[in-house]
Amino acid sequence: MYRRVLLSATAALALTGGFAAAQDEPTKVGFVFVGPIGDGGWTYEHNQARLAVEEEYGDAVETVFQESVPEGADAERVLTQMALSGADLIFTTSFGYMDPTINVAQRFPDVKFEHATGYKTAPNVSTYSARFYEGRAVQGLIAGRMTESNRIGYIASFPIPEVVRGINASYLAAKAVNPDVQFNVVWAFTWFDPAKEADAAQALIDQGADVILQHTDSTAPQAAAAEAGDVITFGQASDMAEYAPMPRVSSIIDNWAPYYIERVGDVMDGSWESQQVWYGIDEGMVKIGEISDAVPDDVREEAMALRDAISAGETHPFTGPINRQDGTEWLAEGETADDETLLGMDFYVEGLSGEIPN
Amino acid sequence: MGLSTISPTLLVASLMIAATPILLAALGELVVERAGVLNLGVEGMMITGAICGFAAAVGTGSPALGFVAAAASGAALALVFGFLTQILLSNQVATGLALTLFGLGLSSLLGQGYSGIRPPPTARFDFGPLSDLPFVGRVVFGHDWIVYLSLALTALIWWFLTRSRAGLTLRAVGENHEAAHALGMKVVAIRLCAIAFGGACAGLGGAYLSLVRVPQWTEGMTAGAGWIALAIVVFASWRAWGVLVGAYLFGGVTVLQLNLQAAGVAFPVEYLSMSPYLVTIAVLVLMSARSGRRALGAPACLGKPFHASQ
Repeated sequence: MYRRVLLSATAALALTGGFAAAQDEPTKVGFVFVGPIGDGGWTYEHNQARLAVEEEYGDAVETVFQESVPEGADAERVLTQMALSGADLIFTTSFGYMDPTINVAQRFPDVKFEHATGYKTAPNVSTYSARFYEGRAVQGLIAGRMTESNRIGYIASFPIPEVVRGINASYLAAKAVNPDVQFNVVWAFTWFDPAKEADAAQALIDQGADVILQHTDSTAPQAAAAEAGDVITFGQASDMAEYAPMPRVSSIIDNWAPYYIERVGDVMDGSWESQQVWYGIDEGMVKIGEISDAVPDDVREEAMALRDAISAGETHPFTGPINRQDGTEWLAEGETADDETLLGMDFYVEGLSGEIPN
Repeated sequence: MGLSTISPTLLVASLMIAATPILLAALGELVVERAGVLNLGVEGMMITGAICGFAAAVGTGSPALGFVAAAASGAALALVFGFLTQILLSNQVATGLALTLFGLGLSSLLGQGYSGIRPPPTARFDFGPLSDLPFVGRVVFGHDWIVYLSLALTALIWWFLTRSRAGLTLRAVGENHEAAHALGMKVVAIRLCAIAFGGACAGLGGAYLSLVRVPQWTEGMTAGAGWIALAIVVFASWRAWGVLVGAYLFGGVTVLQLNLQAAGVAFPVEYLSMSPYLVTIAVLVLMSARSGRRALGAPACLGKPFHASQ
């Protein structure tokens, strides 16, 4: 009896499904997020871009998302599920989804994949990332000018090229304006763990850091700095304006919406092709959040000038002479880093102490 | 740079703060498990306590009311678990896991409007001139009242479980519910009380995260603290002081590894990051090597369903 009801219900569903498919079926777009959409940072901005896609295309698009998906085998399961449920395009928004994305993409050649911040592509897998290091250079300049203890704390997440690049870029910019500056890097080995991030910020502040840079996704370090009083921070991935003007004095904002809208459009009109994009301040994927009143006018102008110069292509955050940490030459006088080295960056520049964990 | 930049005073003080949420949650779970109930929903009750406490503190401007609301919400959620497992006799493991998932979802729903808001500060307890003493001034007399509450609770639970008649009854229910029932003890009622108490403690622990330690509301902010609390109860072999040691050890290693990194000590980070878990495993192995389940001190009826008809 029950089985019969179940069968007929399934059949009815299949029929209506088939009917709907025969009509104008919306393009289904999936999103896989590494943290909760309310993290106030990285995942929050990806979700804002998802909402922008919905707004842009209305009924022609249907989006699905799953949040807090662990990087690794679980991601593969989630991706397979999304592909099976009829997604036409799937955005995987964290570095650790790289191999799962490639694996699942092989099994679903008709589904398009967009992987953020990775370097592996396939005929149906594109990669996209933002040149966050351009924003890091601007932060580094402000940090170098603002610090009084000359100790800058840096909460790093995982030892991957993107994070190492950020540390190097901000250090070089800080050092350029303040030769005495010293960076203390703490590896949290997490993208999102507010309590741990708060503890890391506290440890750095306890040891005399008066500027905290973060490459983790929550606003917990901002709260720890606010508690300490005379410590400044920068919004990471999202503006985090609720902590302005102090401790948050500026921010790097990831602006994914234009890219997501463009790529969903490409899938709709059939022009989607695999590509690798790496957009920066110039293309608008990286934005510098408003520099607050806590920063003196001359520093603000200097920071804006650096931002504009990077945007115009006049300045590159990695311009020689730069040595590697061990003293060997990386870039000669006037030479700028090529994208390939930057994408695989696994070394500190000279002046940074400590080792990058393996 | 080096070890000299680490201040022992600040290290111990931040260790105590880092350990308090798991200490509170683990104390609650200790009482629950001593009554013979395995509630795996600690994480869910913690995070529900975190948002309810946060919302109440922001709404009323009083952190104390926030903690009361957190305890109440944790207890309420725990009683859902209690109703399902004690009255309807559902599977405790499955129900506990479901409670965690439910708590995570419920909290992100309740927390929609609360991200980016700063809660009213929880003041440090004022000990007058005592707080100015070197070292002890900060470590012993420099905390907020929840830290002292958690320490008092440890002593109280130790006294309750080992020295009071009510505690003996609770343990009897946990060790052999059929014998306890035959002696006329109200097994289900006692367990429901224990479950509600455990939920209240977990809620307090969660609120300590959102109101003091972090202090802000972020979705999923407990990030596994509830599971650590569960492990600590086993680590402590179901004893109150053991829970305190376990929680402080865990908090201590976590804080120490971040401080060592910040000080630039050349020691591989991976080892430091895994060290709290390694210590837990090592202690578990050492304890279980003694002689089986009895030496571990697990209540004999832990996780077993009870119905008066049996």
